[in-house]
Amino acid sequence: MLYRENGQFKTSYAADQQLLPIVQDRFFVWGLVLLAFVAVPLFASDYWFRALIVPFLILSIAAIGLNILVGYCGQISLGHAGFMAVGAYAAYNLVVRVPEVNFLLALVVAGAAAALVGVFFGIPSLRIKGLYLSVATLAAQFFLDWVFIRVKWFTNYSPSGSVSTSPVELFGWVIDAPRDKYWFVLAIVVVMTVAAKNLTRGAIGRSWMAIRDMDVAAEVIGIRPMHAKLTAFAVSAFFAGVAGALWGFVHLGAWEPLAFNVNLSFNLLFMIIIGGMGSILGSFFGAAFIVVLPLLLNQIPEWFGIPLSTAAISHLEFMIFGALIVLFLIAEPHGLARLWAIGKEKLRLWPFPH
Amino acid sequence: MKRKTLRTLAAAAGVVAALAGAGSALAQAKEQFVPVLVYRTGPYAPNGTPWANGFVDYLKLVNARDGGIGGVKIIWEECETGYATDRGVECYERLKGKGPTGAAAFNPLSTGITFALTDKALVDKIPIVTMGYGRSESADGEAFPYNFPLLGSYWVAADILVQHLGKVNGGLDKLRGKKVALVYHDSPFGREPIPLLQERGKMHGFELTTLPVTHPGVEQKAAWLQIRQSRPDYVLLWGWGVMNAAAIREAVATGFPRDRMYGVWWAGAEPDVTPVGADAKGYHALALQHGAGISKVHQDILKQVHDKGQGTGPKDEVGQVLYTRGMMNAMLVVEGIKRAQDRYGKKPLKGEEVRWGLENLTLTQDKLDALGFAGVMRPVTTVCRDHQGSQWGRVHTWDGAKWNFSSDWYEADMSILRPMIRKTADAYLAEKKLTRRDCAADVAAQGAAAKK
Repeated sequence: MLYRENGQFKTSYAADQQLLPIVQDRFFVWGLVLLAFVAVPLFASDYWFRALIVPFLILSIAAIGLNILVGYCGQISLGHAGFMAVGAYAAYNLVVRVPEVNFLLALVVAGAAAALVGVFFGIPSLRIKGLYLSVATLAAQFFLDWVFIRVKWFTNYSPSGSVSTSPVELFGWVIDAPRDKYWFVLAIVVVMTVAAKNLTRGAIGRSWMAIRDMDVAAEVIGIRPMHAKLTAFAVSAFFAGVAGALWGFVHLGAWEPLAFNVNLSFNLLFMIIIGGMGSILGSFFGAAFIVVLPLLLNQIPEWFGIPLSTAAISHLEFMIFGALIVLFLIAEPHGLARLWAIGKEKLRLWPFPH
Repeated sequence: MKRKTLRTLAAAAGVVAALAGAGSALAQAKEQFVPVLVYRTGPYAPNGTPWANGFVDYLKLVNARDGGIGGVKIIWEECETGYATDRGVECYERLKGKGPTGAAAFNPLSTGITFALTDKALVDKIPIVTMGYGRSESADGEAFPYNFPLLGSYWVAADILVQHLGKVNGGLDKLRGKKVALVYHDSPFGREPIPLLQERGKMHGFELTTLPVTHPGVEQKAAWLQIRQSRPDYVLLWGWGVMNAAAIREAVATGFPRDRMYGVWWAGAEPDVTPVGADAKGYHALALQHGAGISKVHQDILKQVHDKGQGTGPKDEVGQVLYTRGMMNAMLVVEGIKRAQDRYGKKPLKGEEVRWGLENLTLTQDKLDALGFAGVMRPVTTVCRDHQGSQWGRVHTWDGAKWNFSSDWYEADMSILRPMIRKTADAYLAEKKLTRRDCAADVAAQGAAAKK
């Protein structure tokens, strides 16, 4: 009834090609952004910001990056935590060695460094596909882990290999309080999301999708596979690098190479599989699922006053979380984003389904 | 279908309401909240569990025997970290504001989590007690006002082990030309002793090889292959959890004599050697202050806690190495709160006030005897400048059935450690753009306040 596009006529190409062609969608998204910027900071507690929302937002960026590569371009990567580490250490080294540098510039450098490394490790994708490529990127993950543990220069010769940063400062704004961190990360998320959305629906995104769907056919119609695959690796690693720098500087504050180990790579992959491959929105759903759900599961017994031992709660958390992953994948193999799309379609017919 | 959606919505609303409620402060009760970060699951659970049981049992004992600390009941809540840094940080955020006055002090039980919490604790003004682990340079209380590596750090541990090797060989100068291999857990915990061992290696001319083992340490064939090839005279083991038993098994397979292996205190408890059985006989480990055995305080716990059916873990665990360690850790926190009560009054205290107590601990032998800790540990005195309080340790040896002390007490050589602590702490301050705290001024201000 409310969600219907009757009477919304497009009179120009620009109107037809805009990001959200339906008026209700536009209202919804603007409302959501407003809610996120104004209402959430009014109600959320420090714990929510630090433990749930900020990590969720940062990993969303990384998930979008991985989704560009895996979901849009069809190249599997198990090395994205490694690219995040490249971003984090690039930003760290820049800030330590040139302290007066603006953090936004450090973020761009982090992304660029990760993009370079990403392209380098993307080269095998020109020859190999599928599972073989995932093994090659897994090698990237282990190599990068090794580099950051062994090459002391990257950790500024810290005896234990753990580095720490001072709070981020931006034009005199010290980003230390949980709320400030949230606003800063949210702003970056908005910018990155719009960029990703536009990239994927532009010419370059279409060439990625053509490669994903059938690389031989794409080549026949004039898409250069090397260009398409390597740009996908570069853009994807750029997102991962920015997310890595934010993860280190804004979320953790102090980290060790272990913070970016292969587990994180797997988690990112799970996020996009559960959230929905080839969907920017799905990256958010997946990140929320993986970041927030275990913590909620861990705390539910306590809210309802169920006396369980700490060990029992953690075991239950693992079991329920695993069961939920399986359940969601059976119910909707295309991920949570597909559920969302189905919901939207149903809403258009509501309240008079045929 | 629709009804189901409604029910889900209602459930979601319930969850949100519960979340909002969790944030609000509890009624102002005469209670002191102590957060307990534990790992009872995962590859480190065999070691983490007795530690946690000892910690909680001691808190129960204080409530049962003394009615709390100065009449203030201790309340606590456990949070499972699984030895993972991100979960540890989440636990910290979850627990730091609980209880009437917030968390008294955190015991992260992981060097990685300690690194992550150091900056946060400074802002939130909550002490971080890292008994025998954590960052070694945090012994410098001027640079790390909220960190307390009580009873020594990894540098202390490594220093004592080198001294012991020197003694076994008939003098530190006899170490010249010897080969020492460090098999370590590849994490901040395992990398922490390397600078000290390098420094000592330069002084005495022994050759140090470092052999990393990746988490969780079940697979360490590569490290032991190198040991087989290079045949070091001694192996120092910086392991934790399943890694220790695996290392001793590898030593058996490699034919490396167990009596030339020395573990750090994390590698010197019952769960580390019992899985290997008789083959572990002769293995040495550092005992930072204490070992296994039943003392007066253990009897109190058995009588007041376990016999009333309140025990946290199995009864035969009482008196084990890690159980005792958890218990001592709880005692130090409780004594810190007690000391702070002398100054701020017998009421629930804030983290900042507890810090003063931890910083002004004077646990003399008489006090320790009164607490039932006679024979368990040596006196501890902390001051603003020195947050470590004591740097003594012994070596104990596994005879196949139990741990026995096999050396005298050693004190870490602070003339070597102090410059290293100072240098690393200064680097930390520079990196963080912080300034050194002025201890003399702080103490003077306290004196003036006391006179008023």
